[in-house]
Amino acid sequence: MAFYDSIFDSLGLKEWCGADAKGGPMTMAELLTRSKGTQAEETSAWNVPFPSLDELHASCNAIPRTRDMTSGVEQFFLDIKSSLQFVLDPLTQPLSWLLDGSIWMFVSIPWWLLIALTLVAVQFITRSKSATLLVAFTWLFMAFIDHYTYAVQTMAIIFVCTGLSVLLGVPVGIAMSKNDRLQKAVIPVLDMLQTLPSFVYLIPLIFLFSVTESKLYGIAIILYAIVPVIRLTDLGIRLVDQDIIEAANAFGMSARQKLLSVELPLALPNIMAGVNQTIMMSLAMVVIASLVSAPGLGVLVLRGINNLELGVGLVSGFCIVILAILLDRVSKATLARVDVSQQN
Amino acid sequence: MTANVKVSIKNLYKIFGSDPKSALVHAKNGIEKAELLEQHGHVLGLKDINIDIKDGEITVIMGLSGSGKSTLIRHFNRLIEPTDGQILIDGVDVMTLSDNDLRKLRQQGMSMVFQKFALLPHKTVLENAGTALRVRGESSENADQEGRKWLDRVGLAGFEDHYPHQLSGGMQQRVGIARALTSNSAVMLMDEAFSALDPLIRTDMQDLLLELQKELHKTIIFISHDLDEALKLADHLVILKDGEVVQQGEPQHILLNPSDPYIEDFVSDINRARVLRVRSVMRPLSDSTAAHAGTVDYNDTLEDVISHSDGDTSKVYLVKNGSEAVGTICMKDLVRALVPRAPSEDGVRGQVNAA
Ligand SMILES: Nc1ncnc2c1ncn2[C@@H]1O[C@H](COP(=O)(O)OP(=O)(O)O)[C@@H](O)[C@H]1O
Ligand SMILES: [Mg+2]
Repeated sequence: MAFYDSIFDSLGLKEWCGADAKGGPMTMAELLTRSKGTQAEETSAWNVPFPSLDELHASCNAIPRTRDMTSGVEQFFLDIKSSLQFVLDPLTQPLSWLLDGSIWMFVSIPWWLLIALTLVAVQFITRSKSATLLVAFTWLFMAFIDHYTYAVQTMAIIFVCTGLSVLLGVPVGIAMSKNDRLQKAVIPVLDMLQTLPSFVYLIPLIFLFSVTESKLYGIAIILYAIVPVIRLTDLGIRLVDQDIIEAANAFGMSARQKLLSVELPLALPNIMAGVNQTIMMSLAMVVIASLVSAPGLGVLVLRGINNLELGVGLVSGFCIVILAILLDRVSKATLARVDVSQQN
Repeated sequence: MTANVKVSIKNLYKIFGSDPKSALVHAKNGIEKAELLEQHGHVLGLKDINIDIKDGEITVIMGLSGSGKSTLIRHFNRLIEPTDGQILIDGVDVMTLSDNDLRKLRQQGMSMVFQKFALLPHKTVLENAGTALRVRGESSENADQEGRKWLDRVGLAGFEDHYPHQLSGGMQQRVGIARALTSNSAVMLMDEAFSALDPLIRTDMQDLLLELQKELHKTIIFISHDLDEALKLADHLVILKDGEVVQQGEPQHILLNPSDPYIEDFVSDINRARVLRVRSVMRPLSDSTAAHAGTVDYNDTLEDVISHSDGDTSKVYLVKNGSEAVGTICMKDLVRALVPRAPSEDGVRGQVNAA
């Protein structure tokens, strides 16, 4: 006799609930009570059970148990899996190619050429001697302790994922800044992407794609890291001085001219701040993504954990830290350069 | 003056709020700004404005802060949509223009100078000056050439490659003026263009504008909250209060015949000798052979005449417009004109003047 029996009786729902015969596997709680053999404890106001799914099920078979619900969610995913896969697989396939291709390319360029090229690029973008020196030191140090290949793989992944995040995120941010309703709709999604523990949204991805495919971690990194670039593009465009927008209108600029020659350039410092955060978040995620076969320094950290190789884990962790400092300095130096050229 | 009407505003109403159309009915029934806000929660921006702006003149719209000047000037190029009424430019109702035609009008027919300059901070002075031409899709060489020409004209030769933030406020506004002139539009809108500048620089800029206008004969609509500035620049003066026109006309006429205590208070504060001109105070010529102490020009200020006369109030001068004698001015009339005709009873300044 379960607690809520009388309620279902008095509502005349006994028919609907069906016979007492229990279908399906027993829950752990049921097994426990059965084995203890304790029946019909004294019920008072103090130990009224919360009318949860399991509790109600005890009185009425038609109500599903919590584990029925979770397996329902699972079943739902399994049901839509093939159709989702049908759509998403070809759509995201280029991501796998891009990731595999760039990892292959970065790794197969001779080390001296790659280091030289990065230094030239960093000097050109940042015009900051200290940033370039930092990059040189970092590369040489990692190469010296034989972490060069891992670091290059990590960088290649970050490079591709940040690039795609900017490519996708900036247009979304622009659209949001132009449309208040869209902004209202997208912000909760961004909040969710940013607050969901990274492991949790690996779960549906693992369902959809095979763990050995690079796009799996590519998608995870992009979903996680795209948020700041979207947010700050939206914010940056909204923050552009309204007097200047008015001047642009007064001179008869079209929406396109205004976007390209006024709004985006003036929002650039904010967008760059977003890119900086995006880079840092890709780095954070690429380490976690080693769980789903992302190559790079994260693999070493994972090995450190799995095999209790303390030294391997700590040294590669240290490498990740200096990589983070390097990426932060370089993107901040770029940001500073953008800022200087347009203070008003 | 016999100039053609270039821009004409007819029965213009602007109401800010959630449902301007329904509040419009009350406004047309003559409700006051404060009442409309209190009873219906709408802001009466402009009420029944009628202004004819003549080709080649400087029309100054003057009023205290919050009187609706900026709102009004933004109707000329439809940066603000009117709630009711017509805006005719060369006889064409701006409200009937398509988006494309409106953009054309803004690109070619009207240019604007802003109180806070509103230059593009990431573009050089030269690029800023050529904005209008670039927006129209003309070549960079052409835009740069025109931009250089007008920068030179406003006294900024040599600053082409600077960025706006490297210039002082006065120089930035010169760029703003050059940018408007480069567009070669017939109408120029200037919203408190000189209000953000220091007094000395402001005077310089006013002189620059008058000098340019002598040459270019643009139709200029100039907003100001400063009566001295308004009187210095205006061919036609419109005085705005709480979104309504209280008086408009020739500035000298308004000064001598204020129609409203509000305007009397306003005008009692200024140096009349420096603003009033001989033509507004002289008597028509009756006898050109009568004795006179000398000749003065039609457009001289009363201050000029006073310094001429050495303070002797018994003298009479012959007034000439060019070489033609057009009237006489006696010092007694002149002195009388220096005192505000009817100081307002309740205004503080009125009491001081009456004492
Ligand atoms: N977008 C708006 N919404 C509501 N009220 C406005 C808006 N723009 C201007 N106003 C009101 O209209 C009046 C005139 O403003 P404005 O034209 O800026 O005055 P001015 O330029 O003469 O100082 C003010 O009372 C102001 O509060
Ligand atoms: Mg204003």
